[in-house]
Amino acid sequence: MTTIVVFAEQSGGQARRASLECVGAARSTGAEVTAVVSGKQAQASAAGLGAAGAAKVICLDGTGPHSPDATAADLAKIVAELGAKAFLAAATTLGKDLAPRVAAHLDSTLFSDVIGLSAEGGEFTVVRPWLAGKAIATLRSTAGVLCATTRPNVFAPAASAGQASVEQRAASSGGKVLVTGIEAKSAGKLDVKEASVVVSGGRGMKGPENFGLIENLAAAFGNAATGASRAVVDAGWRPHAEQVGQTGKTVAPKLYIAVGISGAIQHLAGMRTSKVIVAINKDKDAPIFRVADYGIVGDAFEVLPALTEAVRAARARH
Amino acid sequence: MKIVACVKRVPTTEAQVKLAGDGKGLDPAGWQYMLSFYDELAVEEALKTKEKLGGDVTVLTIGPSEASKELRECLARGADSGVVLKDADPSARDPRSTAKALAAKIRALGAEIVFTGRVATDRDHAAVGPMLATYLGWACVSEVHALELTASGGVAKRETEQGIESLSFQLPAVISCNKGLNEPRRASLKGIMGAKAKPIAEEAVEEVPSQTVVLKVELPPARKAGRIVGEGAAAVPALITALQTEAQVL
Repeated sequence: MTTIVVFAEQSGGQARRASLECVGAARSTGAEVTAVVSGKQAQASAAGLGAAGAAKVICLDGTGPHSPDATAADLAKIVAELGAKAFLAAATTLGKDLAPRVAAHLDSTLFSDVIGLSAEGGEFTVVRPWLAGKAIATLRSTAGVLCATTRPNVFAPAASAGQASVEQRAASSGGKVLVTGIEAKSAGKLDVKEASVVVSGGRGMKGPENFGLIENLAAAFGNAATGASRAVVDAGWRPHAEQVGQTGKTVAPKLYIAVGISGAIQHLAGMRTSKVIVAINKDKDAPIFRVADYGIVGDAFEVLPALTEAVRAARARH
Repeated sequence: MKIVACVKRVPTTEAQVKLAGDGKGLDPAGWQYMLSFYDELAVEEALKTKEKLGGDVTVLTIGPSEASKELRECLARGADSGVVLKDADPSARDPRSTAKALAAKIRALGAEIVFTGRVATDRDHAAVGPMLATYLGWACVSEVHALELTASGGVAKRETEQGIESLSFQLPAVISCNKGLNEPRRASLKGIMGAKAKPIAEEAVEEVPSQTVVLKVELPPARKAGRIVGEGAAAVPALITALQTEAQVL
């Protein structure tokens, strides 16, 4: 049976949703999945990874500071040892840092941010966006080992719950780069790439002081991230990490709400694969309405408080 | 210190996409080009490093001869020389073939620090920086938004899903640059005049066969037509109903 190795991320003993989806993507090809997880409480995440489709979980135990190049070398060693035909990671910041290193160790190319993955006759085919989604390419890999990162919110964890066997291994120590500290995010703050609901604001918000309205709506959904257009990030109203678009992050949430964003082509490229798009804009001719499933023509300062209240009430009824 | 900034010429973000006749690529007719946004940050950081630690800056690209236009802009800002590794169709390259060809040239240049953009805004892989470093056997920090360099190493910060990481590393190193790291300078008139006398070498690129076969390229599926549910706050109940019953996302 074909084996696929997946690098899984966890925090506090919980595998991240994007990693569970990645395990599901690997399992959907019919392969047997070995998930590799590192860090404190790695072992606690094994049950979740097993339920998502992993047959085996390897926990890399390290004592020293984390080193991305040492972890990449460990992963490449595991791929070679298991004779795995593919290596996958979620297309998160960590995954996008590790996967190219693993690929280079295996002298295989990397397919980043894939949105489709299939295997036939021992060959892998992937689907991935070009130009931030202005075009979609279907590509066959002729690499020795298929190396790819999977876009969050696209694949599903495997449905059949299983139990993974767990193996402990010592992580390599040292490395050329060492993580010397981490300043944790405020609890519950989700990245735009990972969140299932994203509420984004643009120039129509008129100033940084008004983004509290965007944050309130995001909070009403419970699991939403806040995003921003390039214009407001360039103006310094919002942090770079929130920028959605061709020169920012490409997102595919279940629900994307664009408030006061006109919809420049480079913003649309970054969010058009969202499952449902809602646009709120004063200008009824704004391009954003051409990609929106539902639109409200109106003043954000009037619509947002009403919408926030209504979302809160709707969720309270469940 | 020998400093290299790796850059790529990409279609402008306003570029509209048309499929090529064979359905396996894009038709570049009518496209304008620019330096990939994040590569501007790489060039700026290379110039700042030269100002702080001394040395000289080479801007390196793989692309057609036309890419020397973008390199000339980098020279006008203060870079010392440019190299185009000539590839008439760089769109056929994959991250591995790019990283290996760059690694060979960087070794030959005797560089100690290499800056790349976080991602090139055409193929969007964000892979070449870490791959290049791995082929070179160097340290790599990706998506850096804060950097302090010394002659032997440095400390950097990057934002991950878990929070802001601080990292330390030794030279030689590859640094991939993210927004927030710096504000790229504009070329001065003196810089533009001076750039005309600076060298841009065009050299053959090392052949590295691609491991990627393009089966087809398509435009993204058109979104089905949406609707305006109403105007102002009065439209909120209709939107909530649509999100609950039709879209089932609430």
